[in-house]
Parts: sequence; C-alpha cells; structure tokens
Amino acid sequence: MMTLFGIPTAALFGQLLLGLINGAFYAMLSLGLALIFGLLNIINFSHGAQYMMGAFIAWLSLTYLGANYWVALAVAPVVVAVFGIILERTMLSRLYKLDHLYGLLLTFGLALIIEGFFRQLYGISGMPYAVPKELAGGWNLGFMYLPIYRAWVVVASLLLCLGTWLLIEKTKLGAYLRAATENPALVQAFGINVPVMITLTYGFGVALAAFAGVLAAPIYSVNPLMGSNLIITVFAVVVIGGMGSIMGSVLTGFMLGLLEGLTKVIYPEAASTVIFMVMVIVLLIKPAGLFGKGA
Amino acid sequence: MTSHQMTSAARPAPSRQAIFIGILLVLALAAPFATYPVFLMKGLCFALFAAAFNLLLGYVGLLSFGHAMFFGWSAYITAHAAKEWGLTPEIAVLLGALCAAALGAVVGWLAIRRQGIYFAMITLALAQLMYFVALQAPFTHGEDGIQGVPRGRLFGLIDLSDTLNMYYFVLGVFVLALFFLHRVINSPFGQVLKAIRDNEPRAISLGYQVERYKLIAFVISAGLAGLAGSVKSLVFQLASLADVHWHASGEVVLMTLLGGVGTIFGPTAGAYLVVTIQNFFASAGSWVTIIQGSIFVVCVLAFRAGIVGVFVPFLKKRGIDA
Amino acid sequence: MLKKALIGAAAATALMAGQAQAQFSDNKIKIGVLTDLSGTYSDLAGKGAVVAAQMAVEDFGGKVNGVPVEIVSADHQNKADIASSIARKWYDAEQVDAIAELVTTAAAVAVREVSKEKGKIDLVSGAASTPLTNDKCSPTGFHWTYDTYALANGTANAVVKNGGKTWYFLTADYAFGHNLQAQTERVVKANGGEVKGAVRHPFPNSDFSSFLLQAQSSGAQIIGLANAGADTINAIKQAKEFGITQGGQSLAGLLVFITDVHSLGLETAQGMQLTTGYYWNRDDETRAWSKRWSARMDGKMPSMVHAGTYSAVIHYLKGLAAAKTDEGVKVADQMRALPIKDASGFAVNGKIRADGRMVHDMYLAQVKKPAEAKGPWDYYNVLRTIPGDEAYQPLSESTCSLVKK
Repeated sequence: MMTLFGIPTAALFGQLLLGLINGAFYAMLSLGLALIFGLLNIINFSHGAQYMMGAFIAWLSLTYLGANYWVALAVAPVVVAVFGIILERTMLSRLYKLDHLYGLLLTFGLALIIEGFFRQLYGISGMPYAVPKELAGGWNLGFMYLPIYRAWVVVASLLLCLGTWLLIEKTKLGAYLRAATENPALVQAFGINVPVMITLTYGFGVALAAFAGVLAAPIYSVNPLMGSNLIITVFAVVVIGGMGSIMGSVLTGFMLGLLEGLTKVIYPEAASTVIFMVMVIVLLIKPAGLFGKGA
Repeated sequence: MTSHQMTSAARPAPSRQAIFIGILLVLALAAPFATYPVFLMKGLCFALFAAAFNLLLGYVGLLSFGHAMFFGWSAYITAHAAKEWGLTPEIAVLLGALCAAALGAVVGWLAIRRQGIYFAMITLALAQLMYFVALQAPFTHGEDGIQGVPRGRLFGLIDLSDTLNMYYFVLGVFVLALFFLHRVINSPFGQVLKAIRDNEPRAISLGYQVERYKLIAFVISAGLAGLAGSVKSLVFQLASLADVHWHASGEVVLMTLLGGVGTIFGPTAGAYLVVTIQNFFASAGSWVTIIQGSIFVVCVLAFRAGIVGVFVPFLKKRGIDA
Repeated sequence: MLKKALIGAAAATALMAGQAQAQFSDNKIKIGVLTDLSGTYSDLAGKGAVVAAQMAVEDFGGKVNGVPVEIVSADHQNKADIASSIARKWYDAEQVDAIAELVTTAAAVAVREVSKEKGKIDLVSGAASTPLTNDKCSPTGFHWTYDTYALANGTANAVVKNGGKTWYFLTADYAFGHNLQAQTERVVKANGGEVKGAVRHPFPNSDFSSFLLQAQSSGAQIIGLANAGADTINAIKQAKEFGITQGGQSLAGLLVFITDVHSLGLETAQGMQLTTGYYWNRDDETRAWSKRWSARMDGKMPSMVHAGTYSAVIHYLKGLAAAKTDEGVKVADQMRALPIKDASGFAVNGKIRADGRMVHDMYLAQVKKPAEAKGPWDYYNVLRTIPGDEAYQPLSESTCSLVKK
C-alpha cells in the first residue's frame, strides 16, 4: 500500500474527500448566515432548523406526494423561504431597533419550536431517504469507492456558492445589497426599499439552508436534530472566517471541512473538536476572523 | 437600588425588605414538607445557575451561550472527587466550583476579545468544545455519565443521604451564594459593571480597565454556575452529558429571561417555572421543547422585563428590592 | 371447602381487601415501563414493550391477590440522567413498585443504582451489558432477555468458525458498545482469530462514511458492528453505498433485532447470522402470543425485548402473589424460586441465578433470502438452539458480590 507521511494514501484521500463533502455543508450554511448577518445584523440561530426543514420537506413530499428528489430540490427552498419571510415580517422586524442579542434569542426560541414540532411528529430515529436513481452507484477511484451522490453534493454546493457570489458582486441587485449593508439610511434615501430588501435577503439566506438540507437528506438520514448539531460547528466556522466577506465564509467552510477530514486520519479522537481549536487560535491571533474587518 | 438599601439598613425596625426576605426564607424552610424535596432541590440548583448567569447578562450586558460548560464540568469534577477520591461533600463541591472558575478564567479571557453576538457565539462554540471533551475523556464515562455518586457526610458529620438534610444543605448553599451575588452587585465593583453595561466607551474614557472588570465578573459567574452544577451532581448522584449540552446553556438563558434579567429574584422565579414545566410535561416528550421555545419567543417579543421585572416598580415603591 | 364457599360473598371481598391492605403498601401494584419512546431504540423496545407489559397484567387477571395492578410508562430518551430522575420520582412520590424494560445500558445502570438503594425491583430487558449481573448486580435486580456475552458466544463463534478470522470493530461509544466489543473480542481470540483494530462512533450517529473508510483500510475480513438499532441499520446501508461488501469484506451485526431486519429489508439483510433470545415464528406457542401482540401493534411482530418484557412482568406478578408482599427482597426471593413459564414461549429452560441473570435458551439464526420468506415478518431460519448454560457467562466467572464462592 502506498503511503504519504506514513499514512496510507487511500485512507488519506478518502478522508479528505469526505471532509470536502462536510465542508460543502459548512460553506452553504455559513454563506447564508453571513448574508443575513450582513444586512440584518442578527445571527440566525434557526438556520439549523431551517436546514432540517429542507430535508423534511424532501422526505414529506416524497412520502406523501411522490415528488422526486429534483422536485424537492426546487420546491423545498421556496417553501422554507416563504416560511422565513413570514417569520421576518411578523417577528424579526420588530426587533431591529433593539439590541441584536434579542434577534439571536428569538431565533433560538424559533429553532426550539421547529425542532420540537418535528420531534413530536417524527421521533428522533431518522427517516431514510434514498439516493435518487440518476445519482446512485459509485466510481472506483483506486484509492476509494466514491458514491456518485457525494460527488454531486460537492459540485452542487460549489455552483451554488459561486452563483451567489456572482449575484452579489456582479449584478445591480447585489450592488444595492452591498450598499445597504454599508449604509442603509443612504440607500433608502436613494429611493430603494430597504425593508423589502431585508425581507428578501432573509428569505434567500434560509432558502440556501433548505437547499443544503435537501442535499443532505440522502446522506444523513432525515432527522429533527440534524440541524442543531451542525449549526454550532457552523457558528465556529463563521467566527473563524469573520462575517465580512461572502467568499471568505465559503472558503473557510471548505477549508475547515478538509481539515476535519485530515484530522480523522491523523488523530481521529480530535476530529470533532479540531474546528473549535482553530477558532481559539484565530481568536488569539486575529480576533476579527481570517476575512473579517475590525471587531 | 443602593439608596433604598442604605436607608432601610439605617432604620432600626425590620424593613419591608427584611420582612419580604424573611417570608421567602420561611417558605423555603417549610417547602420540603409540602412538596417533593428532590424537585425543590433541582429548582434551587437551576435557580443558582440562573442567578450566576444573570450576573453577566443583567449587570454586564454579556450574553454567554455556553454557561452549561461550567455547570456540567463542575458536576463531573465533584462527582469524580466524591466517588473516586472519597472526598467529603463540602470539599468536592468547592473543588468543582473552583475548577469551574478556573475554566471561566480561560474561556472569559478568550471570549471578551469580542462583543455582542460574537461573544455569544464564541462562548457557545467553546462550550461545544468542552462538550466533546466531556464525551471523550475517560473519567466522565461518556454517555453513561458518573453514576452512583455518594452524597457522603457533610463535614464528616451530617448524613446527606437523608433527603431533608440534603435539602437544607442545598438551601444553605443557595442562600449564601445569592447573598454573595447581592453584595457583589451592590459593591463599587458592581457599579462599575453596570456602567460598562450602559456605556462601555464612557467607562473606558473614565479610566476603567473594562476588560479586567468583565473578566472578573465572568469568573465569578462561572464559579457560581459551577457551584450549582456541583450541588446538582450530589442531589441526583449523577453527572452526565445533559448538563454540558448546549440545551442546558439555552435553558439558563430562558430561565433568566422569563424571570427577569437584572433582578435578584427573577432567575429563581424563572428557574422554578421552567423546572415545573419540565416536570409537568415530562411524559409529553417534545412538548417541553416546543413550550420552552414559545416562551422564548413571547419573552423576546412582548415580555422583555420578565415576571419579576414586571413587579419591580410596584415593589420598589414599597421599599422592597427584588 | 364447601363451608368456606358458603361464607357470604360480600364478607369475603371485605376480608380480602383488608388482607391486601396488610400485604401490599398503598393497596396497589404499580409497574413502571421506562423505555425509549421516541429515539433510536423506540422500534425494538418503546411502545411495544408497554403493550407487552399491559398484556402481561391482563393475562394475569389484572390483580394480584385482589390488589389491582397498574402500568405506567415514561420516555427516558436513552439518557442516564432522565432515567435516574424518573426512577427516583416514581419510587419516592408515585408508589411504583418495579421498573421494567430499560433499554440502553446507561439508563439501565442509572436505574439499577436507584432501585438498589430503595430496595425495589428492576426487570431489565432491553439493555445488553454484562455489568448488570456482575459489578452492578443487585438482590432485587434482574437481567431477563439477553446480554452481550450470549450475543458474542452465538454470533462471533459462528462467524469465526466459518472462516472470518480477522476483525475490525465499529463501536457505539458508550458502555454497551464497549462491552459488546470486549465480549466479542474474547470469543474471536479464543477461537484463534485476530482483532485488527476498532473505531468508536458517537451515539446515536447518522454518517458512518469516515468510520467505514477506516474499517476498509484496515483490511480485516469482518467488520463487527458493536452497536444497535438505527446505528446498525445506517452502518449496513452505508457500507453498501461505499462498496465495502463488494470489496470482499463482510459485516457482522453483533446485535440485530428483527425490527432492524424489517427496516433493512431481506434484500439487504439476507444471509446475515445473528443471535436472538426469541423468534416469533419458532413454534405454535410463540406464534400464538406474537399474533396477539401484533394485533395491537399494527401488524408488526415482537422483538426479543418485547417478549422478554412480557415474560419478566408476568413472572414478577407471580413472585408478588407468592410472596404476599411488595417488599422487593422477598418478592425477588420468590421469583428466583418459582419456575419460569408463560404464554409467550419466551423463557425456554429458564432459571434465575444468584447474580440476577435469567438464563434461558438462545438461538443462532440466519436471515432468509427474499424468496424463502413465506409471508411478512417471516425472516429467520433458526440454525441452532444454544442451551442457556452454554450461551451465558458461567456463574463461576461472575464478579457479582451476591454470588457465593
């Protein structure tokens, strides 16, 4: 068996690839968080619950309506976005004048309600969701057997992140958004409806979470707790990256996924803690985060 | 707040404040004869936990979303010390609280580098780190927890396996800790904390070393949260992952918010209400989570003063500091 | 006899009620079924165990010496702290006399501590770990259905003898997983096999991919799954996804319940060997009881945990009737003395030892091919009956302090 730094290459590449897949989820979720934070200045604690809702909508529409994976991939983000927009209009918008911590507490409460609701209905043992038949099977890469579906997850999330970046950096709408992030009052004065933009941004942010949830459904079984365990890690990712830049949050997500994969080969016991360790180090050296501006 | 305090202390006759506290104490002393004592003790432990948390949120304006790490880790330390090393309960509890304070010093030192939401996220992430450590460290016994912790004899004399003895021990710890918190808040140190909460740049310009004040408050809060966890591990004779989990961090926020942020008795009221809800709906499964979430939402949107907070103006007019 | 019968019926009832008061505290027997009602193990234990306990009470006539029996139930969510505080509340404040089922070792051990302290009876069915009848044994504690020692003796023995000499373990990271792995290693090594390594996964876990890759690169012939319920199901499914079985390695489920086979489907599970304490389709008696259970459970069939709970509860009621008191130690003494026999056909050649172990015949079974199944839930071919004394840890090896040596 070939080895690299004393580690069998098969194991190394295998774990790195799996790390990349985890990184894809970190990237999609931290992208959504960063978008929402940029304009609303709140940390959306219910992001994990909205990710879980995406997965559940996929499962529910398959089980009760017979809608396949591709339909779910298109429909779930829309449904969750509408749900998010309702939350933003009825609740979150009342808090913008208060301390931003109230936004965090409100979304935390919402996360508990959503999670509890799904737990009550479906238990916590998880619902299986089959890999769509177009993406079933796998490729033997020599060093590992790669299920096609997992490759698709990486590609899909890369496309999504890139698309979002283009939307924000290269379009007029994105320019308004960036301007509103910097100075909402001025943008409002130019005749742009900032409150509507805030609402749509929140909707788009949670739609990203739901999209990630549908992608996750065939890999992790659909489970009410799937989001809450992931979201705390994503928070650490966000602290590491700093929430200043869209690309920064995406890049940090993928990087930390890879790092986690690498840890699984070198020192598996630390795999679940390595991201938090990195967070501590970044806080010591660069408190604003790798891509952050100021405190 | 302090002016009332001083005028009432100057008066020779028992002040309304003293009568108010006296009534509460009598109720607390008599309670185990009317209610299931283990439930009361659980309430006291969480009340102390919430009071410790409240020092940060209510008086320094720092929202820690990771306080379970102090609560849960001190429980492990106390349980281990009492079970494996055979230490007497008071030493085991002290050791737990000290370890929590030490952990608080490290976490605080890291976390106060950032403010507001970042502070909350950093404490949450560090708590998750400590959760994973608890999951993997051999002495915590992972999912099983440390079970069958002996309650032992207080000072080698009083048998705590007797429920009533245990209750009065917990009550004693609680009253002392709350008194200590009260003193901290009303000391010059506490005044500076409040100044930082209200206007940090001004406190800095007045020449206060804000970071140091924040850190000391964080350590006190962590130590007292640890004290609560230590006592809880003796009450239930068990230290488990549930107390280090982020759910516990969220619960303590809820208790404080519901009871009234920045009030002395608010966290206690909030803790008892939440524990009662948990007890009442225990067999109803996830409804507990749904109800807790709903209380969060209602508190944030419409009830930010909390239960005790609502009565504060009313009581204050009558010379009672709640 | 005739004279006695001639005494007025009203007087007799009054007398019995009076007697009962003297025998049973609070004039009621309350059995708590403490189980996982919402989590990973809710299929193999859960509501089905509550139903089984209710059936036991009904089959016994609903009363012991005229005193009514009641079943209460609660969800411990597989958490030791929740289990222990519910047990405490039940014993202290709600007059519960015994606690049954107790899936998940962490929860079972927590309840065992409380029961021992209070002198109350616990009837462990779902939890598997051997400490329950070793270090953690109790004069009022019973381990009824199966344990890791018996599982390893059954499954690992068979696999090693079929040529599976090198092993790698995927182990659920809590007491049960560690215990099952240790017991299996013992059997593998005793038969000349080799253990290449192990990886511990969190409990419960949904993504096994990186653990499976580690197992794959170990090159071991057999990947032993020292976990249970949904964890086992997910691991088996993902092993298929990552082409592990195509690569020549095979999986050995060390604890597989019939409910797991049902979720996996015969297509995926066929050929797998497993050890069980009960199979519903084994003979007329088991079929008759299981069909009664099934009628209340939407056509599902009972796992060994369900049947074991029934058997344990009904035996406890017999112990109460014989002891004429609800005092834990006295009831436990009667339970050890009485023969074990009930309508479920569960405890074949059953007897209770001093360490609290209920020793009974176990079965080595193989999952049928889809074509072999004659109907729904017809999943196993019983390959061999393992006599109780061969399956379970010999009393001489027990570290239980109650065993006289």
